[in-house]
Amino acid sequence: MSPIVTELPKIHYLNAAYGLKSWLLTTDHKRIAILYLITVTLYFFLGGFFALLVRLELMTPASDLLRPETYNRMFTMHGIVMIFFFLIPAIPAIIGNFVIPMMLGARDLAFPRLNLLSWYLFMAGGLFTLYVVVIGGVDTGWTFYVPYSSVYSNSYVVATGLGVFITGFSSILTGLNFVVTTHTMRAPGLTWGRLPLFMWSLYATSLVQILGTPVLAIAVALVGIERIWRVGIFDPSLGGDPILYQHLFWFYSHPAVYIMVLPAFGVVSELVQTFSRKRIFGYKFVAGASIGIAVYGFLVWGHHMFTTRQSVYAGLIFSFLSYFIAVPSGIKVFNWTATLYKGSVSYQTPMLYTFGFIGLFTIGGLTGLFLAAMGLDLHVHDTYFVVAHFHYIMVGGTVMAYLGAIHYYWPKMTGRLYPDAWGRFAALLVFVGFNLTFFPQFLAGYLGMPRRYAAYPEEFHLLNVMSTAGASVLAVGYLVPLIYLLWSLRHAPLAGPNPWGARGLEWQTPSPPPTFNFEKTPIVTDETYEYSLEEEEVV
Amino acid sequence: MTVHITPRRTYYLVFAVLMILTATTTGVAFIDMGPFNVVVALFIASIKAVLVVLFFMHVLHVTNLTKVFVAAGIVWLAILIALTLNDYLTRGWDPISRPF
Ligand code: HEM
Ligand SMILES: [Cu+2]
Repeated sequence: MSPIVTELPKIHYLNAAYGLKSWLLTTDHKRIAILYLITVTLYFFLGGFFALLVRLELMTPASDLLRPETYNRMFTMHGIVMIFFFLIPAIPAIIGNFVIPMMLGARDLAFPRLNLLSWYLFMAGGLFTLYVVVIGGVDTGWTFYVPYSSVYSNSYVVATGLGVFITGFSSILTGLNFVVTTHTMRAPGLTWGRLPLFMWSLYATSLVQILGTPVLAIAVALVGIERIWRVGIFDPSLGGDPILYQHLFWFYSHPAVYIMVLPAFGVVSELVQTFSRKRIFGYKFVAGASIGIAVYGFLVWGHHMFTTRQSVYAGLIFSFLSYFIAVPSGIKVFNWTATLYKGSVSYQTPMLYTFGFIGLFTIGGLTGLFLAAMGLDLHVHDTYFVVAHFHYIMVGGTVMAYLGAIHYYWPKMTGRLYPDAWGRFAALLVFVGFNLTFFPQFLAGYLGMPRRYAAYPEEFHLLNVMSTAGASVLAVGYLVPLIYLLWSLRHAPLAGPNPWGARGLEWQTPSPPPTFNFEKTPIVTDETYEYSLEEEEVV
Repeated sequence: MTVHITPRRTYYLVFAVLMILTATTTGVAFIDMGPFNVVVALFIASIKAVLVVLFFMHVLHVTNLTKVFVAAGIVWLAILIALTLNDYLTRGWDPISRPF
């Protein structure tokens, strides 16, 4: 293991400059990552607050805590905040920003100022959304379906749409920055075949962000145009077609589910290797699967529209294509599992989250296949079954991987460790709380409980009480890390450059790293993840 | 990497062509060609887009890698249109989906 460290490096990115201005005008990718970390965390707890109200309302069958109109606003704000302001930026903008240049052996991203602009756009979009929260909210669901959003809703659709529109540009610019960085900033010897798998998955994510997000921007802008000027685009009474909106929206939003989960794949690929001290099984397949998902993910969006008037023939094709999207994800799950085989597995906090991810993502992905079957989808569409499906992927998958990544890179970010026992305890709470919250929703949905209603029949009472109880456990599971991580900033032991004995250039820098990461540009001479080599040295 | 410098004349020329095409679109709008109204308008618009991309956005003189990314944008637009038309063009086929 690494030697005991007694002091932090004298100068590092956190103390290289002082004052608010040095943060707000920074172009250091690591400081921008910290800006994102703080703001995205705030949005996470804001989104969590809305979820809390939703769950409290659903504790009883009647609509008693909130009026139905208020309830509609709560789940809408929950979805919008969590998707656009937490899940999409979380891993790329925080973890990606922090480690990508270091993984590549570079001093910064290709466009440091553009990176800062991304954060400001994110903040501008976020402030619009906060403004909407304050003046009365929006109630269309995160999907902004027409004609409700463009004609009937009396909530603040245009302002929210603008917020999403602006944030979209933040996402596009971050993606662009990562793509150019991957192409142009790799250290000598770091060939594509040696790229860390986290890089492959973020490269794939970035492609989706660049190619997909503009279509979301167009769709939302068209809703605004129709709402304000009554131009007939989606409204049939003006000669439009409401289904066209769903095509445009899901052309982005199905791939967007991969914007949320591909970075998590990357995290898991890194963590599985570090904590089983083995090179990934089938590097090329895992890397290729990321690119495959990025491209193929654009061909299946119609599976969200089986119950609309989309033609049955289109539905058949989308259904057929959807079955195959499970293949690359399946490859990854099998390869992670194969990597564990005969590995020297250790059960530290990041690894517990990794295990959580693999199991829960698998359930989420497999129930996706249920939904992709047209006949079954008629039964469970817009029920809690769908809600459970995507929470297994987004919360059980992405949030787990995000927490794993935060715990994994925390020593690099701050120079300090955290109490691992507390970490493992919180990971366990999150796992138990998560399943108690969302598994009952599969059952309720299968039995026919629709989503997005404040009231429900008596027969679903027990399942909903379980779900709300689970959500409380989950909330504690999220608060505990917040406390001990903040505590660790001052009181925890120092970490040293490489507390996990991990491979990868980012672990060759001091913790915390200096502003420009490396004193000398590293030269890469060996393959990625030569864990077996290291093992031999130890023995 | 060598930077290609396009002579100013080229820009003026392309601009003139764009203006002529705009005038053409306007002019054609007064002639009723039935279903071809849209086809012709889109055709002219596409030519204009290609000119802008090639000259004003300098794609004519960039590296092959950048060209691949430009092509990807076009392919993705094609996916959007093709799979959406896959719905619209087959809607009439099925007796069940007709009554709406
Ligand atoms: C891998 C990450 C995935 C994520 C993040 C994800 C997320 C989502 C979300 C957010 C929805 C609900 C949309 C809404 O109605 O508001 C959804 C629905 C759906 N998902 Fe997934 N999904 C993923 C994977 C899959 C896979 C692999 C499949 C199929 C092979 C799939 C099939 C479906 C289908 C068919 C629906 C529509 C269900 C309905 O509304 O009736 N998903 N998914
Ligand atoms: Cu989908």
